[in-house]
Amino acid sequence: MAKMNLLQAINNALDIAMASSDKVYSFGEDTGAFGGVFRATSGLTEKYGRHRNFNTPLVEQGIIGFANGLASQGSYAVAEIQFSDYIFPAFDQIVNEAAKFRYRSGNEFNVGGLTIRTPYGGGIAGGHYHSQSPEAYFAHTPGLKIVMPRNPYMAKGLLLSAIFDPNPVLFMEPKRVYRASVGEVPEEDYRLELGKADVVKEGKDITLLAWGAQVEMAEKAAEMAAQDGIDCEVIDLVSLLPWDVDTVAASVRKTGRLVITQEAPLTGGFASEVAATIQDQCFLYLESPIARVCGLDTPYPLSHEKEYFVDHLKVYEAIKASMTY
Amino acid sequence: MAKDNQHQLDIVTQPKFIDGSALTIPMLQILKEDGSVQAGADVPDMSQELALKIFDTMQFIRILDERMIAAQRQGRISFYLSSLGEEAASIGSAAALSDSDMIMGQYREQGALAFRGFTVEQFMNQLFSNERDLGKGRQMPVHYGTAALNFMTIASPLATQIPQATGYAYGQKMDKSGNCTICYFGEGAASEGDFHAALNMAAVYKVPVIFFCRNNGYAISTPSQGEQYAGDGIAPRGVAYGMKTIRVDGNDLFAVYQATKLARELAVEHNEPVLIEGMSYRMAGHSTSDDPTGYRTREEENAWRAKDPVVRFQKWLEQQGWITTEQAQSNYDEKKAAVLAALKAAETVPVPHIDEIIEDVYDTPPKHLQEQLEALKAHIRKYPEAYPKTASRMDGGDK
Repeated sequence: MAKMNLLQAINNALDIAMASSDKVYSFGEDTGAFGGVFRATSGLTEKYGRHRNFNTPLVEQGIIGFANGLASQGSYAVAEIQFSDYIFPAFDQIVNEAAKFRYRSGNEFNVGGLTIRTPYGGGIAGGHYHSQSPEAYFAHTPGLKIVMPRNPYMAKGLLLSAIFDPNPVLFMEPKRVYRASVGEVPEEDYRLELGKADVVKEGKDITLLAWGAQVEMAEKAAEMAAQDGIDCEVIDLVSLLPWDVDTVAASVRKTGRLVITQEAPLTGGFASEVAATIQDQCFLYLESPIARVCGLDTPYPLSHEKEYFVDHLKVYEAIKASMTY
Repeated sequence: MAKDNQHQLDIVTQPKFIDGSALTIPMLQILKEDGSVQAGADVPDMSQELALKIFDTMQFIRILDERMIAAQRQGRISFYLSSLGEEAASIGSAAALSDSDMIMGQYREQGALAFRGFTVEQFMNQLFSNERDLGKGRQMPVHYGTAALNFMTIASPLATQIPQATGYAYGQKMDKSGNCTICYFGEGAASEGDFHAALNMAAVYKVPVIFFCRNNGYAISTPSQGEQYAGDGIAPRGVAYGMKTIRVDGNDLFAVYQATKLARELAVEHNEPVLIEGMSYRMAGHSTSDDPTGYRTREEENAWRAKDPVVRFQKWLEQQGWITTEQAQSNYDEKKAAVLAALKAAETVPVPHIDEIIEDVYDTPPKHLQEQLEALKAHIRKYPEAYPKTASRMDGGDK
């Protein structure tokens, strides 16, 4: 075991993946010898050469188009999009190409070797274009897997699984906690299952569901609620596509209440998808309406970031409202 | 490395803007319209066997295109995209490659696929979206693909295959495979962002890829000159991105073949990407959903009919004494009969089993897809007459 922050865990996962197969390539804007704007790829060029870890020209649609082609050739293409706010020029290559590659060819070809790494989320004074959480756009796309880790241990094990998973994976990294989240991480190769939620804390009164950086807010809110004698179960969804309906539904059948938190705007967010499915699966068990604690339906603000952000206080209030409904 | 980005530049002291006249790109032509060889041109070193295989493929594709346009009009298939007039561009280039080179097409390169050995039955099964289609009946007609023949499955979105070709070729280079990738697209697709991303990245990474632009004059109804671009076509863009570039008469089998052969050497032996612009003409509509009489004249079409690539190559073959007009005609009749027979056979093959609807979304269907399939099947069982193609085969059917 070693103490690592989330960035170091990602760097370590990339290192292990590249050591274990010559066919793993890592690339993106500024990700070469410089190591990326967050340093997630530092040291990889030195270790594996600039043909394995390299810079791309500044063109997101080209990065993912190139990555699709490389993956279809049988390589593991790990492409970084510097900020998920800038992923949209590549939307076509992700939604129309990567996600449909196997299906449209009748499994003659696939891009299972593709992994897209991209930092997402707010709380870093990034304004509109360095703060967004665009996961819901992609969760609407059959053929993709979407993974959002919350801490270094999860990040490393999930990223290694994502790289070698036989399907294209969008791996969204919670950049607010890149350095703040520190924990013990095994130094060797290990894999965590994609599509499996993680029960972070068991409880009997109410279920809190979050993913990525929001799990921290749910945990903090659960601690506050505990002072009031409310026993929260906290679940990290981990994967949005496919998502672990069974774990969430089993929890809600037990607690009868569900609060979902997401950084992204309310309307059309993934929390809405969870709410719809859980009311369908757990209708007779629900003691109160499923609550969604989300960003406002506005672009991500700068000077009002603190007010906009889904923090532990907003989650705590939602817990109390649900308990007293 | 940034270095000093001014250090190699000549200095001038008067402002002078540069325009397209600074770079004029000629067109390689070896065979003239009458099938004779241009003075000063060299006929490529091509065996009689290869020349006849190429002609055979050209003839087959022309028949297939003509028959399938007719089949669409009769309502037997839903849609068709022909390559009439552009046979030399796709077949001549494919003939210059190794069978293990990857082909990434747009959707008008059935000639290249036929040259690789895709059978008439395989074409028909795809066109009828039946259960023998390699693509499992999931895409519109003409979206062919086969891993065995190194022909990447066609997708409708334009230009997406171009950066993919760069990535594929990067993998070939890293694997030291000794192969290249050829990527076809039209001059309309060359306006898409993906084209520019792809050429720039290919030049930066020095990958073995041949970008083959079929400049056929139209993107559906939009004419190339003046409405698709204001410059000198597509070729100068290759130069601007830093790659070797050539423009050829796309209706001249030899010009296409020779340029592609040399391009392959540059790509495979020197890891140099190449851009080829083949000047041609889309003789038919964009697709069977398009009627060109709304945007171009009979006179214009007739002028291009005189440049017909199949007729031109046949004339040369006849001049060599490698084929006679009568032989060509009897081959034509034979192929036409084979096409019609395959069409009839494919028509009666059932659509894929309903279980296939959730396959290949992922490597294995996740639970939620299995649940959705079961719900769908329960619904079909309830209303079998509404879903006759799948209902009859569902339970104890002949999957």
